[in-house]
Amino acid sequence: MNAIVENAVPRATSHGAFRSYALEAKCEFLRVLRTPSASVPSLMFPPLFYLLFGILLNRGNSGAAHYLFATYSVFGVMAPSLFSFGVAVAIERERGWLALKRVAPMPPGAYLLGKMAMAMLFAAIIYCVLALMACTLGGVRLPPEQWLLLGGIALLGTMPFCALGLVIGSRANASAAPAFVNLIYLPMAFLSGLWMPLTMLPKIIGQIAPLWPAYHLSQLALMTVGQVPATGIAVHLLWLAGFTAICFAIARRWLARVG
Amino acid sequence: MHAVATMKPDASKIPPPLASLTGVSKRYGKVLALDNVDLQVRAGEVLAMLGPNGAGKTTAISLLLGLQQADGGKAELFGLAPKSLAARRRIGAMLQATEVPDTLKVGELIALFRSYYPHPRSIDECVALAGVGDLLDRRYGKLSGGQQRHAQFALAIVGNPEILFLDEPTTGLDIEARTILWKTIRQLVAEGCAVVLTTHYLEEAEALADRVCVLAGGRVVAEGSVAAIRARVSQRRIRCISSLASKTILCWPHVRSVTQDGEHIEIVTDVAESVVRKLLDADAGLSELEIRRAGLAEAFVEITREAA
Repeated sequence: MNAIVENAVPRATSHGAFRSYALEAKCEFLRVLRTPSASVPSLMFPPLFYLLFGILLNRGNSGAAHYLFATYSVFGVMAPSLFSFGVAVAIERERGWLALKRVAPMPPGAYLLGKMAMAMLFAAIIYCVLALMACTLGGVRLPPEQWLLLGGIALLGTMPFCALGLVIGSRANASAAPAFVNLIYLPMAFLSGLWMPLTMLPKIIGQIAPLWPAYHLSQLALMTVGQVPATGIAVHLLWLAGFTAICFAIARRWLARVG
Repeated sequence: MHAVATMKPDASKIPPPLASLTGVSKRYGKVLALDNVDLQVRAGEVLAMLGPNGAGKTTAISLLLGLQQADGGKAELFGLAPKSLAARRRIGAMLQATEVPDTLKVGELIALFRSYYPHPRSIDECVALAGVGDLLDRRYGKLSGGQQRHAQFALAIVGNPEILFLDEPTTGLDIEARTILWKTIRQLVAEGCAVVLTTHYLEEAEALADRVCVLAGGRVVAEGSVAAIRARVSQRRIRCISSLASKTILCWPHVRSVTQDGEHIEIVTDVAESVVRKLLDADAGLSELEIRRAGLAEAFVEITREAA
């Protein structure tokens, strides 16, 4: 994994590694663009969920509308991060494409940053769709800076899930990876109170919620829309940063074994 | 510590190898894939690695490329760790089990790989060498198997490598495509590029290689020039049309096997001269006599059978 995560040679940037980074992101974008059968459902899934459970089942309660918009934004950005890293990395690893690019040698980080840029672009699209639904159908009213701040949190919030996805992608079979991702994605969303406030769920679920990265991200999102008091921001940020770092470290170790 | 060859007193004039395995072992669970293997690749040579499936050829390549770590011994590229970026910038590789993303066009793939290297070939040069001119605008997934191998070859040579690693490069290619690829490989070698080749096709090793390394059961069982390997096998093949019964000939001394091929009889023997003398004595009407020295194919079968 040295060629990807480790900053092996300082000279790596001397011959325009920038160009590699840009091309890597471009190829990742083209790959997704040219497989609409995979990318469209992953873009549609969170908005549909939001439409059903966040808008149609919630009639006119303004507090709930704001709560659910914040938590569904988190739910929405988790998907592209987990899937593009968890599933796509597993496939490219298993098919030997990752090995060939490492031998080639792809500059450190280009692979990850290309994928991360793509996950963020998808997250931005999903957030925009959710926001459009929220202000037209969902009765969500926020000042412009809060829309933007929430969008910013959603975008940066892709990082811990990219890292978690990478852990899955560095180990799982390509055919099992989607199942693994869903097995983590959907229960974690529920247990972190993204679909229903934790106060409405059994007490134990609320007590263990701080174990999940989605919980910490959702707390930051809820603070932005004024649904929870803005305290302990640093703790949530630190927790997410630590989680991201640990996941990247594990993935690096595991990927090193496969070349 | 890097230049193993220069430490030997009589090897002072030989430059250090570009790539080497020194006493390398690699185990997968209970299977010993490589067992104390020594291998050197020198500048400008074509080294063919031969061996039956599971002999350890691909493992040896993976270790040289730094895709796997040896359990014991040492793998080096240009005196560096094979994993290092500085070493990998000077090589190119075509791996056996690579599935390139279907959705990207050949031109896009070449542009991406060009960006990885400090001094890449121009796109025109890659196109001319790999014969992918009419494929640039086509998606990889839409190409035929042979065209995909050409595209992979283009990616391998894009960085102007000093060593080219080709793991079964012509598997699945038709004869014409194979001949084109051989020609290109010879051209690269003429320009000074070293090539490490694994192959199932013995005629491929015979056509391209300066040196052959035969692996069996994870060990190097023979190494040397094509002629030297071939000479290790004393067998000759005698072919003729004769009225003699196969069974009769099989009882003669030095005859290893007799097969009937239509009206021809084919005899494999260690001492062709005495068998031919006997044949001519026994059958005055014998015709179309032909004696051939064993090719690499026979040598290979012989050597790997001895090793088993």
